[in-house]
Amino acid sequence: MDIFLQQLINGLTLGAIYALVALGYTMVYGILGLINFAHGEVVMIGALTALAVVKPLAASGLPGPVVLLIGLLVAVLVCMALGFTIERIAYRPLRNAPRLAPLITAIGVSIVLQQLAMLIWGRNYHSVPALLPAEGHEVFGATFTELQLIIVAVAGITMAGLMLLVNRTRLGRAMRATAENPAIAGLMGVDANRIIALTFVIGSALAALAGVLVSANYGIAHYNMGFILGLKAFTAAVLGGIGNLAGAMVGGVLLGVIEALGAGYIGDLTGGVLGSHYQDVFAFFVLITVLIFRPSGLMGEKVSERA
Amino acid sequence: MVKVKPWLGTVLIAIVLAIAPLVVGASLGNAWVRVLDFAVLYIMLALGLNIVVGFAGLLDLGYIAFYAVGAYLYALLASPHFGLHWPVWAVLPLGAMVAGLFGVLLGAPTLRLRGDYLAIVTLGFGEIIRIFLNNLNAPINITNGPKGIARIDPLSLFGVPLSKPIEIAGYTLSGVMLYYYVFVALALLVVLVGVRLQDSRIGRAWVAIREDEIAAKACGINTRNVKLLAFAMGASFGGIAGGLFASFQEFVSPESFGLLESVMVLCMVVLGGMGHIPGVILGGLMLTILPEAFRHGAGPIQQAIFGKVLLDPEALRMLLFGLALIAVMLYRPAGLWPEPRHRRELAQ
Repeated sequence: MDIFLQQLINGLTLGAIYALVALGYTMVYGILGLINFAHGEVVMIGALTALAVVKPLAASGLPGPVVLLIGLLVAVLVCMALGFTIERIAYRPLRNAPRLAPLITAIGVSIVLQQLAMLIWGRNYHSVPALLPAEGHEVFGATFTELQLIIVAVAGITMAGLMLLVNRTRLGRAMRATAENPAIAGLMGVDANRIIALTFVIGSALAALAGVLVSANYGIAHYNMGFILGLKAFTAAVLGGIGNLAGAMVGGVLLGVIEALGAGYIGDLTGGVLGSHYQDVFAFFVLITVLIFRPSGLMGEKVSERA
Repeated sequence: MVKVKPWLGTVLIAIVLAIAPLVVGASLGNAWVRVLDFAVLYIMLALGLNIVVGFAGLLDLGYIAFYAVGAYLYALLASPHFGLHWPVWAVLPLGAMVAGLFGVLLGAPTLRLRGDYLAIVTLGFGEIIRIFLNNLNAPINITNGPKGIARIDPLSLFGVPLSKPIEIAGYTLSGVMLYYYVFVALALLVVLVGVRLQDSRIGRAWVAIREDEIAAKACGINTRNVKLLAFAMGASFGGIAGGLFASFQEFVSPESFGLLESVMVLCMVVLGGMGHIPGVILGGLMLTILPEAFRHGAGPIQQAIFGKVLLDPEALRMLLFGLALIAVMLYRPAGLWPEPRHRRELAQ
């Protein structure tokens, strides 16, 4: 039982991070119908930028949370600029091109970002200084740390804020209108280009936050960390129903929990034949299963086949 | 203009193909003949993927998995790992069949998916295969895990192993050159199959599905079977190339079958011109030879200009590769040498 609870707590933490990244995928997909393959790399850039700011500051004696906040702020700003640039250079010129073209440029962008990160930060794993309290608390035989609590809380508050933004403000209404039908939204006076750029910027800000949280959670950052995280977050978005914001959050948390529980139990279930290093396989099995049985995801609307 | 005899081009290509390794070997050394070998292998892979992506329009980002299946099958059946030493004639066709089976296995559940979704699922499939190859060393050691399988039997034809040089009429042909001729022969076969397929009933059905699946269905095409066939055909080409790769390297490890390789092959197809066999060949040639030339050139050039190597040539190479992908797609979204039919459509 305590394994169950422990893995549930770990899964929720991981899931909250997946959800933040998944939102970026789902927002862009909702508006452009495009998988932003480079999104995972934005997460990575966010994590490494924050680290670059935090490392020298941590020695200066400022309190940990303040240092982290400064790092986060810089990372968010850098990633927003990055998201804006990516959209402008790699996606906007190809909006009416064959469907494969933006996908290839997206792959190109993610290769470029990865290699740039490698040139700047090197091939090594960087350890992230522990700036947040990592004290453990015990509940029913399982331990959760304050760090985990903070991650879940920050992710939850951010997502609530995003929901408010999308559902309650003028900007949010413009975003939803553009997602529904860009041409008609344009006729109603919405500047579609601006909204699309903004979507990328908001998604990238969330990615930066996720990058900081994930590197704090694992205590490690690496130029290669974005790819698999991005893939899982995309799986989460599909699981929830791509294009649906609430779906991305639910999907993210669900995937995190499935993965953690799967990794915790796979050894027992298969009599030790398969071990926890198969953890990464779960996400893909979930993805394939969802797409076969419910391609529109848990909360997505049923879309008819494109003619 | 003088009318050129149609067979003249064929003869010219044959001559170029025949003497290329000799010229390259004499002027640049055997390392470059090796690059040539890899170029031909990758062209085979790209042609296989071209069936799936170019003809049938099904975006596959996990294609390298089939290459891995072919390579590992060869490695398991012809190496000291299990003590089996099956002949090439048995292993290569078996590799093609097993890879084809995997193709159907992947294709069957994903038939209803389109475009981007299919891309992600195939990508996941490729990763699953790699993760399994990496971890299937316990409890029963099948793949030998991350260490890979070594000492694989080299290709041997009629009892002559291709790994050792042989002398013909006073001229020594090194192992890499012998491999080159075998690879080229098989690649030509693949090209031939590809060209004949393209003009066949099946090929036209693929193009119809690519252009409009619903209309194709309405015209009486059994889209399910035809799509599965595309997956199986593409995969079996990949399986053959994988077997050749294993015998050529005499070593396989999961590292060779990462996502980046899948992306590389896809880029050959897309950069060259999807669905256009000469374009795909051009793409394959460019993307194997240019990066290699860059790898050799980047260090010395930096040395000459700045007096030291400022940037890691490997990273620089990938960086330029990424930038080239973006640039080509922005300026030539249909590829460098697109299919004429496509060009006409775009011009209208």
